[in-house]
Amino acid sequence: MGMAMMLAEQDPGELVAGLTAVGRGIVYGGAAIGPGIGIGIVVGNAITAMARQPESAGMVRTTMFLGIAFTEALALFGFVLAFIISG
Amino acid sequence: MALLALEFPPISHLIEWPTIFGDGPFAVNKVVLLALISAVLVFTMYFVAGRKGQLVPTGVQNFAETVVEFVQEGIILQTMGPEGLYFTPFLLTLFSFIFVTNIWGIIPVAQMPVNARMAIPAFLAILVWFIFNFIGIKKQGLGGYFKSMLFPPGVPKALYILVTPIELVSTLIVRPLSLAVRLFANMLAGHLLLVSFAVIATALFKATYVGAVLPGGLLIALTGFEVLVAVLQAFIFTILAAVYIGGAMHPEH
Repeated sequence: MGMAMMLAEQDPGELVAGLTAVGRGIVYGGAAIGPGIGIGIVVGNAITAMARQPESAGMVRTTMFLGIAFTEALALFGFVLAFIISG
Repeated sequence: MALLALEFPPISHLIEWPTIFGDGPFAVNKVVLLALISAVLVFTMYFVAGRKGQLVPTGVQNFAETVVEFVQEGIILQTMGPEGLYFTPFLLTLFSFIFVTNIWGIIPVAQMPVNARMAIPAFLAILVWFIFNFIGIKKQGLGGYFKSMLFPPGVPKALYILVTPIELVSTLIVRPLSLAVRLFANMLAGHLLLVSFAVIATALFKATYVGAVLPGGLLIALTGFEVLVAVLQAFIFTILAAVYIGGAMHPEH
Protein backbone atom coordinates (compact mmCIF):
# COMPACT_ATOMS: atom_id res chain seq x y z
CA MET A 1 0.00 0.00 0.00
CA GLY A 2 2.78 2.39 0.93
CA MET A 3 4.45 1.79 -2.41
CA ALA A 4 1.23 2.50 -4.34
CA MET A 5 0.69 5.73 -2.40
CA MET A 6 4.23 6.83 -3.15
CA LEU A 7 3.80 6.10 -6.85
CA ALA A 8 0.46 7.94 -6.95
CA GLU A 9 1.98 11.03 -5.39
CA GLN A 10 4.87 11.07 -7.87
CA ASP A 11 4.87 13.29 -10.89
CA PRO A 12 4.19 10.86 -13.78
CA GLY A 13 6.77 12.50 -16.04
CA GLU A 14 9.44 11.96 -13.41
CA LEU A 15 8.41 8.33 -13.04
CA VAL A 16 8.65 7.76 -16.79
CA ALA A 17 12.06 9.42 -16.90
CA GLY A 18 13.28 7.27 -14.04
CA LEU A 19 11.97 4.06 -15.57
CA THR A 20 13.51 5.02 -18.94
CA ALA A 21 16.87 5.42 -17.27
CA VAL A 22 16.48 2.00 -15.61
CA GLY A 23 15.47 0.50 -18.96
CA ARG A 24 18.52 1.94 -20.67
CA GLY A 25 20.76 0.45 -18.03
CA ILE A 26 19.14 -2.95 -18.37
CA VAL A 27 19.32 -2.88 -22.18
CA TYR A 28 23.00 -2.08 -22.29
CA GLY A 29 23.85 -4.35 -19.36
CA GLY A 30 21.99 -7.24 -20.94
CA ALA A 31 23.54 -6.65 -24.35
CA ALA A 32 27.04 -6.67 -22.87
CA ILE A 33 26.81 -10.11 -21.18
CA GLY A 34 26.97 -12.34 -24.25
CA PRO A 35 29.63 -10.42 -26.19
CA GLY A 36 31.71 -10.16 -22.99
CA ILE A 37 31.82 -13.93 -22.67
CA GLY A 38 32.25 -14.31 -26.44
CA ILE A 39 35.23 -11.97 -26.70
CA GLY A 40 36.80 -13.75 -23.75
CA ILE A 41 36.52 -17.08 -25.57
CA VAL A 42 37.87 -15.62 -28.84
CA VAL A 43 40.89 -13.95 -27.27
CA GLY A 44 41.59 -16.83 -24.91
CA ASN A 45 41.69 -19.33 -27.75
CA ALA A 46 43.77 -16.96 -29.88
CA ILE A 47 46.35 -16.73 -27.07
CA THR A 48 46.42 -20.52 -26.78
CA ALA A 49 46.98 -20.78 -30.53
CA MET A 50 49.76 -18.16 -30.47
CA ALA A 51 51.46 -19.89 -27.54
CA ARG A 52 51.39 -23.24 -29.31
CA GLN A 53 52.53 -21.93 -32.67
CA PRO A 54 54.28 -18.58 -32.32
CA GLU A 55 55.19 -18.59 -36.04
CA SER A 56 51.49 -18.28 -36.96
CA ALA A 57 50.92 -15.38 -34.53
CA GLY A 58 50.36 -12.82 -37.31
CA MET A 59 47.59 -14.79 -38.98
CA VAL A 60 45.97 -15.66 -35.65
CA ARG A 61 45.98 -12.00 -34.61
CA THR A 62 44.21 -10.88 -37.79
CA THR A 63 41.58 -13.59 -37.40
CA MET A 64 41.23 -12.74 -33.72
CA PHE A 65 40.42 -9.11 -34.52
CA LEU A 66 37.85 -10.28 -37.06
CA GLY A 67 36.25 -12.54 -34.45
CA ILE A 68 36.24 -9.73 -31.90
CA ALA A 69 34.65 -7.35 -34.41
CA PHE A 70 31.80 -9.75 -35.17
CA THR A 71 31.18 -10.57 -31.50
CA GLU A 72 31.44 -6.97 -30.35
CA ALA A 73 28.81 -5.78 -32.85
CA LEU A 74 26.02 -7.19 -30.65
CA ALA A 75 27.14 -5.22 -27.62
CA LEU A 76 27.33 -2.07 -29.74
CA PHE A 77 23.79 -2.60 -31.05
CA GLY A 78 22.73 -2.66 -27.40
CA PHE A 79 24.71 0.52 -26.73
CA VAL A 80 22.99 2.35 -29.57
CA LEU A 81 19.58 0.93 -28.64
CA ALA A 82 20.00 2.25 -25.09
CA PHE A 83 20.24 5.78 -26.50
CA ILE A 84 17.35 5.27 -28.89
CA ILE A 85 14.95 4.28 -26.07
CA SER A 86 13.02 7.33 -24.96
CA GLY A 87 10.32 7.75 -22.36
CA MET B 1 25.46 15.03 -6.73
CA ALA B 2 24.47 18.55 -5.72
CA LEU B 3 27.31 18.52 -3.21
CA LEU B 4 29.90 18.26 -5.96
CA ALA B 5 28.07 20.50 -8.42
CA LEU B 6 28.26 17.60 -10.82
CA GLU B 7 26.25 18.49 -13.89
CA PHE B 8 26.47 16.01 -16.69
CA PRO B 9 25.57 17.62 -20.01
CA PRO B 10 22.81 15.89 -22.02
CA ILE B 11 24.13 13.79 -24.87
CA SER B 12 22.85 16.17 -27.55
CA HIS B 13 25.18 18.87 -26.19
CA LEU B 14 28.17 16.61 -26.64
CA ILE B 15 27.80 15.70 -30.30
CA GLU B 16 25.59 18.40 -31.83
CA TRP B 17 27.56 21.50 -32.71
CA PRO B 18 26.20 24.91 -33.65
CA THR B 19 26.45 25.95 -37.28
CA ILE B 20 29.52 28.01 -38.09
CA PHE B 21 28.41 29.27 -41.52
CA GLY B 22 26.00 28.44 -44.32
CA ASP B 23 22.48 27.16 -43.82
CA GLY B 24 20.11 24.44 -44.91
CA PRO B 25 21.63 21.15 -46.03
CA PHE B 26 24.98 22.87 -46.71
CA ALA B 27 25.44 24.28 -43.22
CA VAL B 28 28.95 23.74 -41.92
CA ASN B 29 29.56 22.98 -38.26
CA LYS B 30 32.61 21.70 -36.43
CA VAL B 31 32.05 18.08 -37.44
CA VAL B 32 31.70 18.91 -41.14
CA LEU B 33 34.73 21.17 -40.95
CA LEU B 34 36.83 18.42 -39.34
CA ALA B 35 35.67 15.91 -41.96
CA LEU B 36 36.67 18.29 -44.76
CA ILE B 37 40.05 18.94 -43.12
CA SER B 38 40.59 15.18 -42.80
CA ALA B 39 39.86 14.63 -46.49
CA VAL B 40 42.25 17.42 -47.52
CA LEU B 41 44.89 16.20 -45.06
CA VAL B 42 44.83 12.61 -46.32
CA PHE B 43 44.82 13.71 -49.95
CA THR B 44 47.71 16.16 -49.43
CA MET B 45 49.79 13.62 -47.55
CA TYR B 46 49.61 10.96 -50.26
CA PHE B 47 49.89 13.55 -53.04
CA VAL B 48 53.09 15.01 -51.58
CA ALA B 49 54.44 11.54 -50.80
CA GLY B 50 53.71 10.18 -54.26
CA ARG B 51 54.83 13.21 -56.30
CA LYS B 52 58.56 12.60 -56.28
CA GLY B 53 58.67 8.82 -56.05
CA GLN B 54 62.27 8.61 -54.88
CA LEU B 55 63.97 5.23 -54.80
CA VAL B 56 65.24 5.88 -51.30
CA PRO B 57 62.25 7.41 -49.51
CA THR B 58 62.61 10.32 -47.13
CA GLY B 59 60.22 12.23 -44.91
CA VAL B 60 56.55 12.01 -45.84
CA GLN B 61 57.19 9.41 -48.51
CA ASN B 62 58.81 7.18 -45.90
CA PHE B 63 55.77 7.41 -43.67
CA ALA B 64 53.31 6.91 -46.53
CA GLU B 65 55.17 3.82 -47.70
CA THR B 66 54.96 2.35 -44.20
CA VAL B 67 51.17 2.77 -44.23
CA VAL B 68 50.87 1.33 -47.74
CA GLU B 69 52.97 -1.65 -46.73
CA PHE B 70 50.86 -2.17 -43.61
CA VAL B 71 47.62 -2.11 -45.60
CA GLN B 72 49.05 -4.46 -48.25
CA GLU B 73 50.67 -6.98 -45.94
CA GLY B 74 48.58 -6.67 -42.80
CA ILE B 75 45.17 -6.42 -44.40
CA ILE B 76 45.01 -7.38 -48.07
CA LEU B 77 47.39 -10.33 -48.29
CA GLN B 78 45.94 -11.80 -45.07
CA THR B 79 42.36 -11.73 -46.26
CA MET B 80 42.14 -11.47 -50.05
CA GLY B 81 45.40 -12.88 -51.33
CA PRO B 82 47.59 -11.32 -54.05
CA GLU B 83 44.55 -10.77 -56.28
CA GLY B 84 43.27 -8.18 -53.81
CA LEU B 85 46.24 -5.86 -54.32
CA TYR B 86 44.11 -4.25 -57.04
CA PHE B 87 42.07 -2.74 -54.18
CA THR B 88 45.06 -1.17 -52.41
CA PRO B 89 44.14 2.46 -53.30
CA PHE B 90 40.56 2.07 -52.05
CA LEU B 91 41.42 0.27 -48.81
CA LEU B 92 44.39 2.57 -48.14
CA THR B 93 42.15 5.63 -48.49
CA LEU B 94 39.51 4.01 -46.30
CA PHE B 95 42.04 3.20 -43.58
CA SER B 96 43.75 6.61 -43.60
CA PHE B 97 40.52 8.61 -43.75
CA ILE B 98 38.85 6.68 -40.92
CA PHE B 99 41.97 6.94 -38.78
CA VAL B 100 42.26 10.71 -39.26
CA THR B 101 38.55 11.30 -38.63
CA ASN B 102 38.78 9.15 -35.47
CA ILE B 103 41.90 10.75 -34.07
CA TRP B 104 40.23 14.20 -33.88
CA GLY B 105 38.57 12.88 -30.73
CA ILE B 106 41.72 13.33 -28.69
CA ILE B 107 43.35 16.30 -30.41
CA PRO B 108 43.03 19.38 -28.18
CA VAL B 109 40.64 22.11 -29.41
CA ALA B 110 39.03 19.69 -31.90
CA GLN B 111 38.04 17.04 -29.29
CA MET B 112 35.35 15.54 -31.46
CA PRO B 113 35.63 12.25 -33.32
CA VAL B 114 33.87 12.88 -36.64
CA ASN B 115 32.71 9.26 -36.70
CA ALA B 116 30.73 9.78 -33.50
CA ARG B 117 28.05 11.10 -35.85
CA MET B 118 26.39 8.47 -38.01
CA ALA B 119 26.75 10.26 -41.37
CA ILE B 120 30.29 9.28 -42.37
CA PRO B 121 30.23 5.68 -41.04
CA ALA B 122 26.88 5.13 -42.78
CA PHE B 123 28.16 6.56 -46.06
CA LEU B 124 31.35 4.47 -45.95
CA ALA B 125 29.38 1.32 -45.11
CA ILE B 126 27.00 1.91 -48.03
CA LEU B 127 30.00 2.49 -50.30
CA VAL B 128 31.54 -0.82 -49.21
CA TRP B 129 28.15 -2.52 -49.69
CA PHE B 130 27.92 -1.29 -53.29
CA ILE B 131 31.49 -2.25 -54.07
CA PHE B 132 31.35 -5.81 -52.75
CA ASN B 133 28.02 -6.49 -54.46
CA PHE B 134 29.30 -5.00 -57.70
CA ILE B 135 32.51 -7.04 -57.57
CA GLY B 136 30.55 -10.19 -56.75
CA ILE B 137 28.18 -9.75 -59.68
CA LYS B 138 31.05 -8.82 -61.99
CA LYS B 139 33.24 -11.79 -61.06
CA GLN B 140 30.61 -14.51 -60.64
CA GLY B 141 27.70 -13.23 -62.69
CA LEU B 142 24.35 -12.25 -61.22
CA GLY B 143 23.05 -15.81 -60.82
CA GLY B 144 26.37 -17.22 -59.65
CA TYR B 145 26.82 -14.52 -57.04
CA PHE B 146 23.38 -14.99 -55.49
CA LYS B 147 23.70 -18.77 -55.72
CA SER B 148 26.97 -18.80 -53.78
CA MET B 149 25.57 -16.24 -51.34
CA LEU B 150 22.20 -17.87 -50.66
CA PHE B 151 23.07 -21.55 -51.09
CA PRO B 152 26.50 -22.12 -49.51
CA PRO B 153 27.83 -25.54 -50.53
CA GLY B 154 28.25 -28.32 -47.99
CA VAL B 155 24.93 -27.72 -46.26
CA PRO B 156 22.30 -30.50 -46.16
CA LYS B 157 19.49 -29.71 -48.62
CA ALA B 158 16.72 -29.51 -45.99
CA LEU B 159 18.65 -26.88 -44.01
CA TYR B 160 18.46 -24.39 -46.88
CA ILE B 161 15.00 -23.43 -45.58
CA LEU B 162 16.79 -22.06 -42.54
CA VAL B 163 20.12 -21.01 -44.03
CA THR B 164 18.95 -19.08 -47.10
CA PRO B 165 16.88 -16.39 -45.33
CA ILE B 166 19.60 -15.97 -42.70
CA GLU B 167 22.29 -15.57 -45.36
CA LEU B 168 20.14 -13.10 -47.31
CA VAL B 169 19.53 -10.89 -44.27
CA SER B 170 23.06 -11.19 -42.91
CA THR B 171 24.76 -10.37 -46.22
CA LEU B 172 22.55 -7.60 -47.52
CA ILE B 173 21.30 -5.91 -44.33
CA VAL B 174 23.31 -6.86 -41.26
CA ARG B 175 26.72 -6.46 -42.94
CA PRO B 176 26.46 -2.75 -43.82
CA LEU B 177 24.46 -1.99 -40.66
CA SER B 178 26.97 -3.61 -38.32
CA LEU B 179 29.87 -2.09 -40.24
CA ALA B 180 28.49 1.42 -39.74
CA VAL B 181 27.21 0.91 -36.20
CA ARG B 182 30.49 -0.66 -35.04
CA LEU B 183 32.55 2.37 -36.04
CA PHE B 184 29.94 4.89 -34.89
CA ALA B 185 29.21 3.30 -31.51
CA ASN B 186 32.87 2.73 -30.68
CA MET B 187 33.77 6.36 -31.31
CA LEU B 188 30.66 7.67 -29.51
CA ALA B 189 31.36 5.43 -26.51
CA GLY B 190 34.96 6.63 -26.36
CA HIS B 191 33.87 10.26 -26.62
CA LEU B 192 31.30 9.83 -23.82
CA LEU B 193 33.86 8.06 -21.65
CA LEU B 194 36.34 10.93 -22.01
CA VAL B 195 33.61 13.52 -21.33
CA SER B 196 32.40 11.65 -18.23
CA PHE B 197 35.87 11.52 -16.72
CA ALA B 198 36.55 15.15 -17.61
CA VAL B 199 33.30 16.23 -15.93
CA ILE B 200 34.01 14.16 -12.82
CA ALA B 201 37.61 15.38 -12.61
CA THR B 202 36.55 19.04 -12.97
CA ALA B 203 33.83 18.72 -10.31
CA LEU B 204 36.16 16.96 -7.90
CA PHE B 205 38.90 19.51 -8.51
CA LYS B 206 36.51 22.36 -7.70
CA ALA B 207 35.32 20.60 -4.55
CA THR B 208 38.43 19.01 -3.08
CA TYR B 209 41.51 19.58 -5.29
CA VAL B 210 43.12 16.23 -4.25
CA GLY B 211 40.14 14.16 -5.30
CA ALA B 212 40.77 14.95 -8.94
CA VAL B 213 44.01 12.94 -9.01
CA LEU B 214 42.38 9.59 -9.64
CA PRO B 215 39.82 10.57 -12.33
CA GLY B 216 42.37 12.95 -13.86
CA GLY B 217 44.95 10.17 -14.10
CA LEU B 218 42.35 7.84 -15.56
CA LEU B 219 41.39 10.53 -18.06
CA ILE B 220 44.98 10.67 -19.32
CA ALA B 221 45.16 6.88 -19.49
CA LEU B 222 41.87 6.71 -21.37
CA THR B 223 43.11 9.31 -23.84
CA GLY B 224 45.96 6.95 -24.61
CA PHE B 225 43.47 4.12 -24.91
CA GLU B 226 41.46 6.18 -27.41
CA VAL B 227 44.50 6.35 -29.71
CA LEU B 228 44.49 2.56 -29.70
CA VAL B 229 40.74 2.48 -30.40
CA ALA B 230 41.12 4.96 -33.27
CA VAL B 231 43.74 2.77 -34.96
CA LEU B 232 41.91 -0.45 -34.18
CA GLN B 233 38.55 0.74 -35.53
CA ALA B 234 40.16 2.00 -38.75
CA PHE B 235 41.91 -1.37 -39.03
CA ILE B 236 38.75 -3.38 -38.34
CA PHE B 237 36.60 -1.37 -40.77
CA THR B 238 39.22 -1.80 -43.51
CA ILE B 239 39.81 -5.49 -42.85
CA LEU B 240 36.06 -6.22 -42.86
CA ALA B 241 35.69 -4.32 -46.12
CA ALA B 242 38.56 -6.45 -47.48
CA VAL B 243 36.93 -9.66 -46.22
CA TYR B 244 33.58 -8.76 -47.80
CA ILE B 245 35.15 -7.83 -51.13
CA GLY B 246 37.40 -10.90 -51.04
CA GLY B 247 34.42 -13.13 -50.26
CA ALA B 248 32.52 -11.71 -53.21
CA MET B 249 35.48 -12.32 -55.55
CA HIS B 250 35.84 -16.00 -54.76
CA PRO B 251 32.78 -18.21 -54.33
CA GLU B 252 32.87 -20.21 -51.12
CA HIS B 253 34.46 -23.60 -51.50
